[in-house]
Amino acid sequence: MGLLERFFAPRHPAWGVHPDDRKRPAADAPLRRLPLPERLYVPLQQHVGGAARPVVLAGQKVRKGDLLAEAQGNISAPVHAPTSGRVLAIGEVTAPHPSGLAQIAITLASDGEDRWGERDPVADPFALAPEEIARRTAAAGVVGLGGATFPAAVKFNLGRRLKVRTLIVNGGECEPYLSADDMLMRERAAEVVDGLRIVMHAIGAGNALVGIEANKPQAIAAMRAAAAPCGDVAIRVVPARYPMGSDRQLIETLTGLEVPADARAAEVGVLVHNVSTCAAVHRALRRGEALVERILTVNGGAVRAPGNLLAPVGARVADLLAFTGLHGEPARLILGGPMMGSVLPHANVPLVKGASGILAFDAAEAAVPAAGPCIRCGSCTRACPMGLLPLEMAARIRAGELAAAVDFGLSDCISCGCCAWVCPAHIPLVQYFSHARGELAAGERARLRNAATRRLVEQRSERLAREAREKAAAAAKRKAERDAAKARAAAVTRAADAAAAPLAEATP
Amino acid sequence: MNPASPALPIAAPHAATGAGVARSMLWVCAALAPATLFGFWLYGWPALHLWWITIAFALLGEALCLRLMGRAALPVLGDGSALLTGWLLALSLPPWAPWWIGAGGGLFATVIAKQVFGGLGQNLFNPAMVARVALLISFPVPMTLWTVPLPLGATAAPGFIDGLRITLGGLPAALDAMASASVLGHAKTELARGVDLLHAFAVPSAPTFGLDGVRAGSLGEAASLLIAAGGALLLALRIISWHIPAAMLAAIALPAAILHAVDPARYLDVGTHLLAGGTMLGAFFIATDYVTSPNTRGGQLLFGAGVGALSFVIRSWGGYPEGVAFAVLLMNALVPVIDRYFKPRIHGRDRRGRPLDIAGGDGS
Repeated sequence: MGLLERFFAPRHPAWGVHPDDRKRPAADAPLRRLPLPERLYVPLQQHVGGAARPVVLAGQKVRKGDLLAEAQGNISAPVHAPTSGRVLAIGEVTAPHPSGLAQIAITLASDGEDRWGERDPVADPFALAPEEIARRTAAAGVVGLGGATFPAAVKFNLGRRLKVRTLIVNGGECEPYLSADDMLMRERAAEVVDGLRIVMHAIGAGNALVGIEANKPQAIAAMRAAAAPCGDVAIRVVPARYPMGSDRQLIETLTGLEVPADARAAEVGVLVHNVSTCAAVHRALRRGEALVERILTVNGGAVRAPGNLLAPVGARVADLLAFTGLHGEPARLILGGPMMGSVLPHANVPLVKGASGILAFDAAEAAVPAAGPCIRCGSCTRACPMGLLPLEMAARIRAGELAAAVDFGLSDCISCGCCAWVCPAHIPLVQYFSHARGELAAGERARLRNAATRRLVEQRSERLAREAREKAAAAAKRKAERDAAKARAAAVTRAADAAAAPLAEATP
Repeated sequence: MNPASPALPIAAPHAATGAGVARSMLWVCAALAPATLFGFWLYGWPALHLWWITIAFALLGEALCLRLMGRAALPVLGDGSALLTGWLLALSLPPWAPWWIGAGGGLFATVIAKQVFGGLGQNLFNPAMVARVALLISFPVPMTLWTVPLPLGATAAPGFIDGLRITLGGLPAALDAMASASVLGHAKTELARGVDLLHAFAVPSAPTFGLDGVRAGSLGEAASLLIAAGGALLLALRIISWHIPAAMLAAIALPAAILHAVDPARYLDVGTHLLAGGTMLGAFFIATDYVTSPNTRGGQLLFGAGVGALSFVIRSWGGYPEGVAFAVLLMNALVPVIDRYFKPRIHGRDRRGRPLDIAGGDGS
């Protein structure tokens, strides 16, 4: 790093923590391709939004990249065949989620040929209209691969509508153990840079800033070389500090902009995409390939040969672990990184697009230190990247005062886990916050349900009252008509009598 | 209501720092050790006996409460907090005080000032200072009976058994001559008698006051430079931050400097204020107690300054020669209020908690 660059390097942030990154030796192992499993289980819900709707039938033959299920609704993404073969079934498999609940997946029997179906590559994506890039990105099933799995094209359209100026490309990968983005940038820097330039075109951004943590020198060098011809793409080294890969923190570190609490990043003129997402956009456009495989890290003390794998979506975690080998039974399986990842119920769950890593922890790594009382040391407040007071929030939640916890900023918490990581009393603070949010959401649902019930009851009583009113009105009307008829009849009788009277008088 | 037990690791993170509560507490004890050893040397065996008796009864009080609550005592005693409380209290007592001062104080600190509030992390007031103030108010005579330094090896110094006898049986009449006033006590009594400070410290019977710490006082008072060195160690280890000590020392030094310059006959100088009494112990070890101090940097500055200013006020115009313990307790009571008004700014919000303006973020 030159002196000038060092001077302009982003300031070391006051927030966050610096956990032992444990990325090596996995990060240095060469990228390996997972041998194609015999069966793949492709979940219909691998993204934020509506689940995809199957468009294939059991028994149908498909080729790699063929559409298996189409997007359903405004925020959704299609899923494609990760290899060529035959659809065996459409049914329930265990979801890669701590609950271990079932979810619908399409089971594919590989024919071993891995033959691509029809592809429609674009020679010059920059000649396309931005709308067309978004359409093709959506059709290829590209979602945010940093973990959020938000459909990429929806974000493109949002960025264009809000006139985003700067594309922030997230190459932070601040989670310990993980090196998938690092590997991708080292191996496919040109694809990442081309992909991010396509994204810039799609959202109308004038420049791009790629933030890469200082602990990835090879990735930085590769990306610098790939971006050298592009004047509008700057590779920026950011301090290795967790959670640098979080949107708000990366935006602030790179641009100095602070995204307001109730706003989206696009509203201050920036949009964040992950490096892996950019590479997937490149493949979707330049090669016409749907998102059916990804690079992910398999790491942890229980893994015999940790490293980065190129694996198809729908491969089981068990397939990955069988390939890398294990030292005995892992004490804990985690999807994602150790700071924000979720526990897997077992290894018999399919890989999804958003899986950046699978960690198999040995007993030492999985040991949970016993929680003690809070000594108010304030480590959590200093670690919190959002400026919250985790100790106060936890104390309120413990006392059942959820509203007070919200006043302390519960809704601003990004669940990064810094507070719980740094806590010397090992209090599971994130668990407190997740619990409180669950309670608040349940309370909100109950409130809405009550409101709906009340509305129905009010409508019913109103309807009953109206019906009674109408009945009464109708009865009154009928009575009035009856009376009128009676009166008329009486009048007629009287008239007849009156008419008859002179006659009577005249006929004595 | 409580979330699932930690045996069910549902929520991330799945990693933790190596730091622990016990580790911090033991480091604090280690930082106190040099000054304590110096104190043992300076005041002899009675000081050592009082030290271990105080700690033993502090631990006993904690264990007793845990036993009454039906909880296992050993893991809690292992966190080191009761040890530290007893240690800090012992450092604030007259070194030749009778055993029941240490025993009663130790019990009072952990039972009344800590466990009654709910145990570690729940007490509003610093347990060691609550115990010290309770003893000072209840037993003013033994709590203000200081001895002249009588280093181990000196001919008049009591041996191990004699030392135990002094601690257990009280000061023998023969050793009454050992009694001496502390610097702050001497200044206060002389001023009360109408003797100004210039004359009070000119007489040969005035207590000596040197930087070497060889002087009358408590264990934590004599070697104030060693205490400060211990504080520097805690700063270097990042167990404490500089905010409270710096604010407290500044808030004592500033008025002392001004008033001493104006009227040296009435006000002690800065050096005496900083090195005598509990200033150093208070600044680095007492006021910095996590549990009873604010948890934001701004709040800590205010808190430290408050402790310093109140100490100075009590010393200069109050009824007691030393005010650090009272000042700490008074400021402890204000911590909830300070914490209410000193909160960090939430990312994306202004100081009052409202979301930032979107236009305000437009700065490219």
